Amino acid sequence: MTATYLEAISDGLRTEMRRDESVFCLGEDVGPFGGAFKVTDGFVEEFGEDRCLDMPLAENSIIGVCVGTAIEGMRPVAEMQFADFISCGFDQLVNVAAKMHYRQGIAVPMVVRLPSGGGFSGGPFHSQNPEAWFAQTPGLKIVAPSSADDAKGLLISAIRDPNPVCYLEHKGLYRHVKGEVPEGEHTVPIGEARVAREGEEMTVIAYGSSVLLAEQAAADLDEDIEVLDLRTLAPLDRDAILASARKTGKVLVAHEATQSCGVGAEVASLVAQDAFEDLDAPVRRLTTPDVPIPFSPTLEQAVLPQLDDMKEACRELLAY
Amino acid sequence: MARTQVRATRDDAREPVRGDHLTREDRLGLLRYMLLMRVSEERALTLYKQGKVPGSFYDGRGQEAVSVGAAFVLGPRDRMCILHRDLGAHFVRGVTPDRYLANYMGRSDGVTGGKDGNMHFGDRELGCVGMVSMLPDMAQVATGLALAFKMRREPRVAMTFFGEGSTANGQWHEAMNFAGIHRLPAVFVLENNRFAYSTPQSMEYAVDPVERARGYGFPGESVDGNDVEAVFEAARVAAERARGGEGPTLIECHTMRMHGHGAHDDMSYVEDELLEEWRRRDPIDRYVERLRAEHGFSEQEIEKVRRGVETEVEECARSAVDSPMPEPELAREGVYADAWEPLGDGRAPWSFWQRADAGGNGAGGTAQEVKAA
Repeated sequence: MTATYLEAISDGLRTEMRRDESVFCLGEDVGPFGGAFKVTDGFVEEFGEDRCLDMPLAENSIIGVCVGTAIEGMRPVAEMQFADFISCGFDQLVNVAAKMHYRQGIAVPMVVRLPSGGGFSGGPFHSQNPEAWFAQTPGLKIVAPSSADDAKGLLISAIRDPNPVCYLEHKGLYRHVKGEVPEGEHTVPIGEARVAREGEEMTVIAYGSSVLLAEQAAADLDEDIEVLDLRTLAPLDRDAILASARKTGKVLVAHEATQSCGVGAEVASLVAQDAFEDLDAPVRRLTTPDVPIPFSPTLEQAVLPQLDDMKEACRELLAY
Repeated sequence: MARTQVRATRDDAREPVRGDHLTREDRLGLLRYMLLMRVSEERALTLYKQGKVPGSFYDGRGQEAVSVGAAFVLGPRDRMCILHRDLGAHFVRGVTPDRYLANYMGRSDGVTGGKDGNMHFGDRELGCVGMVSMLPDMAQVATGLALAFKMRREPRVAMTFFGEGSTANGQWHEAMNFAGIHRLPAVFVLENNRFAYSTPQSMEYAVDPVERARGYGFPGESVDGNDVEAVFEAARVAAERARGGEGPTLIECHTMRMHGHGAHDDMSYVEDELLEEWRRRDPIDRYVERLRAEHGFSEQEIEKVRRGVETEVEECARSAVDSPMPEPELAREGVYADAWEPLGDGRAPWSFWQRADAGGNGAGGTAQEVKAA
């Protein structure tokens, strides 16, 4: 079937809730209202209010409830209304959930859905890409789909994973991305990157919204550019990263999150360390500079990577 | 039975209610677990002073009645999040002193195998989820455990502890609020030991935290936290309420932290008179006295329990000291889980759980499920 990225997330969640009674979702306004972005629209009618639970405005409670129910065999899927608000649930996620298995051998199968990213004048508190906060936290897995197919497949895999998984869903992709999505059960393995576009001259290693920019730039430039969609940010698919870097010899790492100590820094370091002999150019990065995401459209567009920025970065690297 | 808010004007102003829920054997059990906690912590303190304990040392001296009395009511399938002054609860559920002492020393046979230290442990095989340092985070986890029981219509109880200090934290409000909204089967035991590290009650809150329970839509009750049977009785009623679908209870146990926050803290901020007053109310001495005076226990019976505990702890200490340090390779293992597995069940020594009819409706488990000591 053809589905938008948003519909694919919804379909993945619904598919798992139909298959497994222990799966339930919770979050602010996810109940009868259907969620701020309507991912759980119609869920209360199908699954009842218990399994699509409206939570009070208390993000640490949302995450703590996930931890407790997961320990007791449920499979909670929490929605942060905006990824930014996970800062208010940070303690439960980073201190309680992430370290639980390491310290005590207790598995915590839970998913935290994080509607992230900017581009719509959401301002500093509704536009962030917080993945690096969690990439620094051993015990968490992080996925960031860019296609409708992966949005469904990675969500189902995240629900079935016995660990806490941060599921980054870029708001800019919700209705913008559309594609073929397998009906019924469909999983995409966590920890495996995907070659989104084959090429020989250079590689753009990206995830989330930056994958689309890279694909579009490659098509517009009509150059032999490979696009590697990381899909999982923790644990990273090191083999796929190194294989593509060795093949093309030129690597541009791209993400919408801010630059310093971002996921791109880890990828660049990995390539520099383990594929140095195969490189024909320094590893470059295209990211948002180290600033909060401003509100006004002209300011926001000035910091979020745009298609022209991607094309320019590719041209420069190809010409190196 | 609807319970009303009770505010003790003095810690022991209210006569504790004592039913006939405890057998002679139960009473010896309560004494034994309190002694096991006291003697084990004394032994651990010695190990600390001998330099065998990395980091610092934290105990619950003077608070033994709280964790023992509360944990004693639980059935096998109930679950607990135990805090750092509540060693007695671990023992009631089946942890042995050797594993506690080894955990303090970072040894292989400690409950966490060296992954975490001091009181930061919970034996998953005994239905316990261990604490983290951030307080009162486990109250939130307990609401999650309780929500799972409620969603599956299981007559089980989640019990957790926290000090009065952590009632100042926003997460305490989040947990109480959520428990109240859904009338969760949770028992919250508030150990009011008068100090949050060095900060006295007067700088912690304007209104005694037990009074906030009503604001969350459930009862709060203050009990003498140095009276093990009073704690037991309040916890018994609370657990019964929870199992019966009547929702959570907040039990405030008034007690006193008789040692510093940790062994590194000389407690210079506490007046000697206050310590002396609470020393007179020592929960173990008081219970021994009551067992003799009210329940006809002989000196020999009590001495036998005491000697049994001392021998057990000494043997456990030897075995803990002999436990090897973990292999360094272990440090990189176990970051991720390969599969989810259910927690095991805890021991339930209260005689109620040995009775044939105890498991009615699967309440907290069936008698058959009760693990042998």
